[in-house]
Amino acid sequence: MRLQYPDTIRVIRVPCTGKVDILHILRAFEKGADGVYVVGCMEGDCRFNQGNLRARRRVEQAQVILNAIGIGGGRVHMYNLSSGEGTKFAAYATEMTERIKELGPNPLKSAKARKAA
Amino acid sequence: MIVADKKPIEEIIEEVKDYKSILIAGCNECVTVCEAGGKKEVGILASALRMYFMNQGKDVKIDEVTLERQCDHEYLEEIRNTIDQYDVVLSLACGVGVQFMAEKYVEKQVLPGVNTCFLGVTEERGVWTERCQACGQCILARTGGVCPISRCAKRLLNGPCGGSSKGKCEINPELDCAWQLIVDRLKELDRLEDYEKLTPIKDWSTDRAGGPRKVVREDVKL
Repeated sequence: MRLQYPDTIRVIRVPCTGKVDILHILRAFEKGADGVYVVGCMEGDCRFNQGNLRARRRVEQAQVILNAIGIGGGRVHMYNLSSGEGTKFAAYATEMTERIKELGPNPLKSAKARKAA
Repeated sequence: MIVADKKPIEEIIEEVKDYKSILIAGCNECVTVCEAGGKKEVGILASALRMYFMNQGKDVKIDEVTLERQCDHEYLEEIRNTIDQYDVVLSLACGVGVQFMAEKYVEKQVLPGVNTCFLGVTEERGVWTERCQACGQCILARTGGVCPISRCAKRLLNGPCGGSSKGKCEINPELDCAWQLIVDRLKELDRLEDYEKLTPIKDWSTDRAGGPRKVVREDVKL
């Protein structure tokens, strides 16, 4: 559809959001990602039955963990849309970028910089 | 299997926050099945702790290992050569594994990472319930496969109490009355006459009430 969305996003394709593990989300933050968002099918429409429901559970767990360690659970989020909704995909990309910009960069990056100094 | 539950991460952080090198040791058996201390949970905890320490500006070495079991000598020996690199071991095994590791490596502090709960089953993913209390004298033959010691709130041995109502327990209305389950089961098995057999006063000396227990098998000992 050639819609514009922020270049801050790095897309990682998976066959189903059910493939995304909590560890993948945590490792992304460990390596310096400022935010992670998971985009899955509409609930009830997962072609593999429950993959997007599992993903939602895992995103919620990741939020709990990130809150507990001081990174902030607001940095991870799950969206549901259908694969035909290109406009929504771009809108969510922008919305997520705005949300992360407000939260600021990953605190681990400044911690690493302080240590290096 | 032994069912355990994850400790809240805040509690774990409080325990390990002053160490400089930590080994997180998981177990490939029961705690893997109840998704509390297997390889996956070890990885998640390690990642979370690494980020916590990084955020605090501390340089802490966190390594992961998942042993087959932590309740057998052979498997615990596998870390004999590497354990000295660490200040502390955070074991995600059940209480049995944590203690056995501590006994084996007396100079190393071993911390628990899960709360060990009971002997139970996976009713569905995410739901585990108790089935056995290891009383040492199994009477399941007479109760149609349902244990009144572990599933009856009052541990009655000869039928329900007066509070059994519509198949539910009076102590906890969410619990099924164990004796209702037993009678239903015996009916299905066509063995209601087992219900008429009286069980005498239980010998609790083989239960936890009798103190720490031991099983010795002379036919197996070398």
